[in-house]
Amino acid sequence: MIETIAQYPILAALIALVGLGILFGALLGFAAEKFKVEGDPIVEQIDELLPQTQCGQCGFPGCRPYAESIAKGDAINKCPPGGQATINAIANLLDVPAPELDAEHGEEADVKTVAYIREDECIGCTKCIQACPVDAILGAAKLMHTVIADECTGCDLCVEPCPVDCIDMLPVEETIKEWHWPAPPTTADLIASDLRPQL
Amino acid sequence: MGHLSTDAQAMQEFAVILVSSILINNFVLVQFLGLCPFMGVSTKLESAIGMSAATTFVLTLTAMASYVVDVLVLMPMGLIYLRTIAFILVIAAVVQFTKMFIEKSSPLLYRVLGVFLPLITTNCAVLGVALQNASKDLNFMQSSLYGFGAGAGFSLVLIFFSAMRERLAVADIPAPFEGAAIAMITAGLMSLAFMGFSGLV
Repeated sequence: MIETIAQYPILAALIALVGLGILFGALLGFAAEKFKVEGDPIVEQIDELLPQTQCGQCGFPGCRPYAESIAKGDAINKCPPGGQATINAIANLLDVPAPELDAEHGEEADVKTVAYIREDECIGCTKCIQACPVDAILGAAKLMHTVIADECTGCDLCVEPCPVDCIDMLPVEETIKEWHWPAPPTTADLIASDLRPQL
Repeated sequence: MGHLSTDAQAMQEFAVILVSSILINNFVLVQFLGLCPFMGVSTKLESAIGMSAATTFVLTLTAMASYVVDVLVLMPMGLIYLRTIAFILVIAAVVQFTKMFIEKSSPLLYRVLGVFLPLITTNCAVLGVALQNASKDLNFMQSSLYGFGAGAGFSLVLIFFSAMRERLAVADIPAPFEGAAIAMITAGLMSLAFMGFSGLV
């Protein structure tokens, strides 16, 4: 059969190339089905790096929507709670240069804070409960509210809605369990040849 | 070549093919094929390693697939003049397959390699391997080894080169030579060094 086809070169060429095309097309179709990617795995990895305060300071309703936006190419410097450390980690993950924190979205807090409700002033309006992104405030209407300190991410979102201004952001006190040695100075002397001259 | 009486002879022949494709006829530095990813993906060691693995995979698979297509389809039908276009078809399919495979198995590598992954299709080293295999009349085993050797040689120089570029990025380089210029000079010196391997076998 091959000999008969080979007598008509143009027909042979057509059959060979079209046949190959169909064969590879079928193989690729099968591979596409087999190696189908569910969702976008890169979003998961970005989401893990974000601080999960769900504070919304980036302009998105939470950390995961922001992670999805980053995966689509949004700027990575909109997360004040994470600060420069988070920006650097995401930049490293995505292999892009690390920008400074965007001041438009807030400043990086120096110390970790936690919300504290002065309970004798609380009127029980539940406005802070609705504002809390991580559901760390307990209480009911006309009853005193209180903050679960372990759950509070220190995002400041409950301070603004409080009509009697009874919420304070207090620095988390350092206990013997959380204390650690201060990091060594970052400007350690490198090998002379590794230093780029500062222009 | 061809008449193999013992395993030892076969092994020796395979070793010769490997050494010659990795060092003596190195695809990048001696034959100057595949220079685009050599310059493009060599700024970071990690992505260079990923690119090396992907390209080696594609080269080996392409060498095998193009041999099969050449022997089973093109030769019996007298279509040897269609080798180039048929091999390009093979390469495109293999690269697309690799792309799907990497997207599934390592999304991070997929993102890091970015546009260079589909661009393996137009990497002339890949078509070079397929065409050289066909013109040298190598058998199936020799073809695959030649493809793998080409990939290993490509990986070797790409990883060396990216390691050097990482050092160069922080080194004190005169302003006119910064960036691509010093990289070109480095590549030239590496190429000179690899010319020294000629006559090894």
